[in-house]
Amino acid sequence: MSEEKKPVLETRGLGISFGGLHAVSDFNISICSGELVGLIGPNGAGKTTVFNLLTGVYVPTEGTVLLNGVPLNGKKVHQFVAAGVARTFQNIRLFDDMTVIENVKVAFTKDIKYGLVDAFFRTPRFWREEEAMTKKAMELLAICGLEDKADVLASSLPYGQQRKLEIARALATDMKVLLLDEPAAGMNPTETAELLACINTIRDSFGIAILLIEHDMSLVMNVCERIQVIDYGVTIASGLPEEIAQNPKVIAAYLGE
Amino acid sequence: MKKNGIGRRYLINFIATAVFFILALVVCGNGGSRMKLSVVPSIWQCCYLIIMAASLNLVLGFLGQLSLGHCGFMAVGAYSAALISLAFQRAGFYEEKSGVAFLLVLLLSIVAAGVLAALLGVLVGIPALRLKGDYLAIITLGFGMIIVNVINNIPFCGQQGLGQGSASSALYATGLGFSNDEKVQYLWVALLTVILCLSLMFMFVRSKYGRAIRSIRDNEIASESSGVNVNYYKVLTFTVSAFFAGVTGALYACSNAALATTSFAFTNGSILNSVFIVVMVVVGGMGFLTGSVIAAVVLFLLNYTIKNGAWVAALPAFLQNVFTYPMLVYSIALIIVIVFRPKGIMGSSEFALCDIPKWKGWLQQYFASRKAGKEELRHE
Ligand SMILES: Nc1ncnc2c1ncn2[C@@H]1O[C@H](COP(=O)(O)OP(=O)(O)OP(=O)(O)O)[C@@H](O)[C@H]1O
Ligand SMILES: [Mg+2]
Repeated sequence: MSEEKKPVLETRGLGISFGGLHAVSDFNISICSGELVGLIGPNGAGKTTVFNLLTGVYVPTEGTVLLNGVPLNGKKVHQFVAAGVARTFQNIRLFDDMTVIENVKVAFTKDIKYGLVDAFFRTPRFWREEEAMTKKAMELLAICGLEDKADVLASSLPYGQQRKLEIARALATDMKVLLLDEPAAGMNPTETAELLACINTIRDSFGIAILLIEHDMSLVMNVCERIQVIDYGVTIASGLPEEIAQNPKVIAAYLGE
Repeated sequence: MKKNGIGRRYLINFIATAVFFILALVVCGNGGSRMKLSVVPSIWQCCYLIIMAASLNLVLGFLGQLSLGHCGFMAVGAYSAALISLAFQRAGFYEEKSGVAFLLVLLLSIVAAGVLAALLGVLVGIPALRLKGDYLAIITLGFGMIIVNVINNIPFCGQQGLGQGSASSALYATGLGFSNDEKVQYLWVALLTVILCLSLMFMFVRSKYGRAIRSIRDNEIASESSGVNVNYYKVLTFTVSAFFAGVTGALYACSNAALATTSFAFTNGSILNSVFIVVMVVVGGMGFLTGSVIAAVVLFLLNYTIKNGAWVAALPAFLQNVFTYPMLVYSIALIIVIVFRPKGIMGSSEFALCDIPKWKGWLQQYFASRKAGKEELRHE
């Protein structure tokens, strides 16, 4: 069914090398709206590097990233975000000295219409936009279960909630594709279950494409419709969860030959 | 509901500012000679130091970039304002330092000083896109030095000045430079400028702009990945900060009889020194504008009383010797602040009039927590 739809995010022969090291090579993926795809692989396989390529942090040495069929070559990171790619980080990167709600509001910056004059002189437009934004931010925080923490400093949140705040902030960029880099890392089973519920809500209510990196196999097998496996930067398998679980190449890569 | 609360806050602040403004003018206008000779000139100095510290805080505290050339912008502002006023005077637009014509020129020079400094701010902001930390500090330090030398070597700034007499010497007689009487007369201009500049800076940091630049300070990569155009906001902050520094330059030109580039140089041993402004920001708390205001006034008073005050003379001899090296005292003060109040003397909150009723509760909480801490120690 999803084969008939046009993919939102597509890559063609994406690759990057650092000096002599081919961190990622010939990476091809296509994701449609509403799909949840898992990206797995052993440590150092190049998963985070793929994310950095998809968000413009790294400039690919070969291949292209296409969003809705439009290539994003040569664009800056914030232009990737404006085009509709949002991400979270494996090692949490929040704005520590800002409140939870401010963290989310930063991601609205590009969509706010008021200018310097409105800000300096507090025009009605300023108040209107700020108010609308506060409301939207609170909605996003509610999705991630953080609405009662809106005014505390981001750094004072417990670990699991910091990860959720990263997701809320990514959602605020009004994205078409959401990239989650090990969102469950370091979480206890309850937190993971909450996160899972949160991800499902997002998928159902936003209708966006999600690409998920995760080491927790049960989580990946549970939520992902498709899984792509990479090892040493090369795609070794891709398909339905059950196929992946039985794939001898994948088993070999994980257990080591 | 919430919006009403904000409206009330604005009203309270507005009324308090207006009362302060009128009170200051009445008191200063009717004081004796001591008022005229030392208090009012000091207030002028405080005025430009406050804006300097607050505007540097935009770059240092909110954007998180170390800039050591802030006085360079002030120099540009001072010379622009001085030359503009002189030009108008030469053109016969005004003769006396009074009347509507002069007032117009005064306001024009203040705004023009800001705009010209802001243009330079763009230029300094551009290297800040590629450099960070120490490297940026060196670049901005260099900028401060270069600007002073450039001004020195422009004929009409440094030496001959607009054909007859230079900006360096003719200010008092013909340009902006105010006598003590005029400083009293035009005190409202200085106070109003400070109030306006501070309000604008508050509005700036409490909008999407403030959020964006603080996010860059906290985590540049995450900021970019949240769609913030980091380069744009960096240059913008440098520009806005330079604008206000330029405005202070105009106030400086008003409160001094003559301009000399050495007063803006890095080697300047007095309080007006880019490094000293950095100290004010650090002492007041990075990222807290009210802290900068308080630190600017406190450090000015410290500097002033060390130079002129009686209390130094009352100290034991060995301490007096220390005070003959004021810079040493400031360094010690800075170290003490960094050790005991790393977030600045104000701690981690802005001073707000609306919070005053809450102070009692905060103090009780503070003492209660200290008591609890002591009890805990005893139990151990
Ligand atoms: N900027 C860089 N310069 C040089 N090498 C890099 C760079 N970024 C990544 N690499 C290399 O690319 C390889 C893949 O790293 P990457 O972080 O993408 O792995 P990963 O699959 O995310 O691993 P993990 O599961 O541990 O997060 C590693 O060998 C890493 O050392
Ligand atoms: Mg990784």
